Amino acid sequence: MAASLDARGRLGQRLLVAPALLVLVVFMVGPLLLMGYVSLLEKGTYGGVQWDVFSGEAYVRFLFERDFDDTLLFNPDYLRIFARSLGLALWTTALALAVGLPTALYIAMQPPARRNLLVFLVTIPFWTNLLVRNYAWILLLRNNGLLDGLLRWMGVTDGPLGILYTDTAVAIGLVYSFLPFMVLPIYTSLEKMDFRLVEAAYDLYAGKWQALRRIVLPLAAPGIAAGCVLVFIPCLGAYVTPELLGGGKALLIGNLIQGQFGVARNWPFGAALAFALLAIVLLVMMVYTLRFKRPAEGGR
Amino acid sequence: MPVAAAVSLRGVTRVYHTAGEGETAALAGVDLDILDNEFFTLLGPSGCGKTTLLRMVAGFDEPTEGHVLLFGQPIQGLPPHRRPVNTVFQSYALFPHMSVAGNVGFALEMLGWPRAEREARVAEMLDLVRLPELGRRKPGQLSGGQQQRVALARALAPRPKVLLLDEPLSALDLKLRKEMQIELKRLQRETGITFVFVTHDQEEALTMSDRIAVMRSGHVLQVGSPRDVYEHPRHRFVAQFIGETNLVGGRVVGEADGAALVDLDGGMRVALRADGVGAGRPVTLAVRPERLRLAAGGGDGDGGWPGTVGEAVYSGTDTAYHVALDGGPTFVVREQNRAAGTATAAVGERVSVVVEPDAWQVLED
Repeated sequence: MAASLDARGRLGQRLLVAPALLVLVVFMVGPLLLMGYVSLLEKGTYGGVQWDVFSGEAYVRFLFERDFDDTLLFNPDYLRIFARSLGLALWTTALALAVGLPTALYIAMQPPARRNLLVFLVTIPFWTNLLVRNYAWILLLRNNGLLDGLLRWMGVTDGPLGILYTDTAVAIGLVYSFLPFMVLPIYTSLEKMDFRLVEAAYDLYAGKWQALRRIVLPLAAPGIAAGCVLVFIPCLGAYVTPELLGGGKALLIGNLIQGQFGVARNWPFGAALAFALLAIVLLVMMVYTLRFKRPAEGGR
Repeated sequence: MPVAAAVSLRGVTRVYHTAGEGETAALAGVDLDILDNEFFTLLGPSGCGKTTLLRMVAGFDEPTEGHVLLFGQPIQGLPPHRRPVNTVFQSYALFPHMSVAGNVGFALEMLGWPRAEREARVAEMLDLVRLPELGRRKPGQLSGGQQQRVALARALAPRPKVLLLDEPLSALDLKLRKEMQIELKRLQRETGITFVFVTHDQEEALTMSDRIAVMRSGHVLQVGSPRDVYEHPRHRFVAQFIGETNLVGGRVVGEADGAALVDLDGGMRVALRADGVGAGRPVTLAVRPERLRLAAGGGDGDGGWPGTVGEAVYSGTDTAYHVALDGGPTFVVREQNRAAGTATAAVGERVSVVVEPDAWQVLED
């Protein structure tokens, strides 16, 4: 009797998760397998692929180029693009953390009603399309744009800054786009924190900074880690912002992959690059999971 | 020259401004001296201002008026981390990400003690609270009672001049609470540190304290030893809040042999040896249930107040008889159960309630 009830319960639970599983299989696992398959094919002459000719060429090409006599020469160009993307993603994450942590801390220390309003304000940028927001940044950052004009009017500079279409512009755009992903998880972990612990630290002769460093930051660490991962990963594969604010001048992983499916008409190589990106992301997630998602020791 | 008190409060007032409700005074002109090496308890119902007072000594709150002195030195404006005072919080507030030893050593680390001395002191403290083996555990792995001891060790480690305890036992079950009451008293004796203990539990206050301050709505009503506040309550609230009490109204009608004669509501006349009881004045008298005795009968003239037993509540060591006095209030009489199975009076029985001489207390309202 109990066993059959149990079995029915489990069937019910499976039904609950079925829609999500279906979506995952059809829209995630399927395309992923397809991409993996494509990355192992010979490219078609005018784009697309030859569906029945297998080749490991795409992966070889990531690290080597072929000489005229078919010898493989190490070619670090693509690695450099990956390194650039990694560097930019790290920078963006660091900047987002530098801005997001104090913001989250400030929000968490407000009275509850005000907190909700502030969290709501943080999410406002999501209301507008990413593309539109990036175009807005072009208007702000371009030569003789709003920022230039303001700085010149204040007498800080006397010529155009020339920020637009540089890595700085890309970093600004990315930080802006992904800041909520940093603020919200940190805020969540701070909000759960018992601020009486901070009082206890003060009582035990800790100054403000010591209380922050020894109590607040360690307890917010899971939120900080989650925020960093949530900013770092989308930055790594970002496409729209580098294209618009970076002018597509300096290649990043996202633009490189897009190019392979577009103008370069090399689908297998594009797919292989996508898998290299996926590998990095999985690596980051693994480190994050091992370090921060351990079940809490002992419990409460 | 008198020895400076450990903590002195001089006309301390704390007014909170709440939106829509105007001003509320959490403390109204409190004067209090807590002596060195004393187990002092602030006792009162929730909202009486006892926690506010504690937080002012700790530095988490500042008086709107008046002064807080620590060993004669004004400490106004000093932040909590600059006051040689530590707190045991009601919720313990142990740092969950640090080990027990890390928690206990935290203050010492902040004070810049060298590592070796720190470790020795932490070990000493864990011995003191009888948890010597648990230094490497995390607070989450400890029971409530153990967490309580760690919180104590943590607050005592830097040798504070005054230890503040904010209802630290309220989260423990009864048996553990009794144990910790004795433990706290022992710690206070062994360390010689002034303990300021906040509680709403009158029994806890009576058991542990050297002196008790009974508070209500921002005022200190009475300060004294447990025996003093229990046996000689001066205020109606104190009499009712601490222990059980029987109250009766009356009027002073005259004087005889240096004692005031009081007619109680209901017709009894008693003679009181109390100061400041002017003739014609209405008074409230209190008498503890254990200072009353039941006598058989219920007729007039045997010195007792006749009445009818309304209820008899057996509670192990004693039985409480609720006696409806003729023409007066209902008194509770507590009789010890000396021999098993011998009920002194049955429900509905006519009895006389005899009051021990000097058992009456005159109360202010």
